[in-house]
Amino acid sequence: MASHRDLPAGLRDQLFHNTGSSSFTDFVGSYAPELLPLRNEVLATPIGDQVPHATTIIAATFAGGVVMAGDRRATSGNIISQRDVEKVFRTDDYSCMGIAGTASTGIEMARLYRVELEHYEKLEGRTMSVAGKANRLATMIRGNLAMAMQGLVVVPLFAAYDPAADAGRIFSYDVAGGPYERERFDAIGSGSIFARGSLKKLYRDGASADDMAMTLIQALYDAADDDSATGGPDVTRKIWPIVSVVDADGFRRLSEEQVTGYVERMLEARLISPDGPIAPLR
Amino acid sequence: MSMPFGYASPEQIMRDKADYARKGIARGRSVVVLQYVDGILFVAPNPSKALHKISEIYDRIGFAAVGRYNEFEELRLGGIRYADINGYTYDRSDVTGRGLANLYASNLGRIFTDSIKSLEVEVVVAEVGDGPDGDAIYRLTFDGSVFDEHGFAAMGGQAEAVSTRLKERYRESMSLSAALEVALAALTEPGGERPPVTQLEVAVLDRNREHRKFLRLTGSRLERLLPSADASAPAPAAEEGEKPPPTGPEGDVDDGSSPL
Repeated sequence: MASHRDLPAGLRDQLFHNTGSSSFTDFVGSYAPELLPLRNEVLATPIGDQVPHATTIIAATFAGGVVMAGDRRATSGNIISQRDVEKVFRTDDYSCMGIAGTASTGIEMARLYRVELEHYEKLEGRTMSVAGKANRLATMIRGNLAMAMQGLVVVPLFAAYDPAADAGRIFSYDVAGGPYERERFDAIGSGSIFARGSLKKLYRDGASADDMAMTLIQALYDAADDDSATGGPDVTRKIWPIVSVVDADGFRRLSEEQVTGYVERMLEARLISPDGPIAPLR
Repeated sequence: MSMPFGYASPEQIMRDKADYARKGIARGRSVVVLQYVDGILFVAPNPSKALHKISEIYDRIGFAAVGRYNEFEELRLGGIRYADINGYTYDRSDVTGRGLANLYASNLGRIFTDSIKSLEVEVVVAEVGDGPDGDAIYRLTFDGSVFDEHGFAAMGGQAEAVSTRLKERYRESMSLSAALEVALAALTEPGGERPPVTQLEVAVLDRNREHRKFLRLTGSRLERLLPSADASAPAPAAEEGEKPPPTGPEGDVDDGSSPL
């Protein structure tokens, strides 16, 4: 099928041509391929360090859902390029994704992925299964492999509420795709090692959404504590992490006041014990 | 002047096509679209759970159709592709009901002139705004004509009779349950029986919803909105004693069981 550019003005027959696929990405690929974030271009030099990078994203399940949180920092090399970047996106009513790596490609990918899920839902009249959603994202990441090899790496973290299991599910990816389903919690990005270490000690099975949001705020602080590319809570500018909850009621992003509450409680406790909560030894 | 064998004037051809399409559309059941205080309500008697006559197109845009299922389904899918590609190319707020109505109009018009058979469909594209002034209801007919409707639209089946009943009962800024009552009264012939809840397809574009405004109303949520059977409003005085208008459409009644 030719690109729409090849058709005389006003003729939009391809919109009414049924390809048999409910994928929006496939449709854009045939209709206007230049719009896709997944391109196979050869760059003269790798530009990895010169474009802003998104950093740490963490997610953890709780009883009946999943929480995802991301810090607000974007860096290019040693420069902080943005202090209030948003890296956790609602993808549909029951899922969200966070991105780490090249911020621009990641944001574009999240935008495409949202349309992809919605497009399927509208065409088919049903919501895609959680496994189906995770697989679609894997294909998208694999499509970016050529660019990833030249420094434009994007790695997402995907979290969704699965009505069949009445539980939250977390999927992680690598540059070549995936998905890898994770039990309990996972983290991506430069601060992920420290966040994962913190979560390992703080995670409690069957916790409430409220407790799990607090746990993630603690883990992000621990990541920011040890990783220069992860932003901690910006007290003077009042920039806090983004925290989103997905459960049976759907996706909701916690309000500014709610997150302020968690952060202030945490900061207060950290003034007394800077390393945060201490996990019991036995 | 001698005419070649089998000649038909262009006027005759167009008339025949239009008659053919009108007959096909009148064969089905009516669909009603009307404004209520929080947005736009779609009501369609439809026994089929699988074959929808009402659908979401985009954040603020809904779609309703009557006629041949396979034909309006193609329009619906094309509309979704149009909306998604434009929302992705520009911004979600740049997808408008007007743009979609124009796309449908140009396609319907072209098919009506170019093809032997025109599409046997009638379509409503409705868009909900931030306030009642921003709402828009566009009705498109098989030949590509666009009607910018104010407040309500009825199409398919005995569209004129339904439209008359709708006009008598419609008020501005009705609540959702009042608007649903009006729609059902308009869809029911005087003295006729209302379709049961299980055979109703109802959806709203609710301006107070976040992200996507379209919502299907089914099951208990719909039952709560419906007035109880014995409290159903009596028919307006004007219709009492009058002989009801002819109601049996030509041809088979569309019970939704066939996709055609």
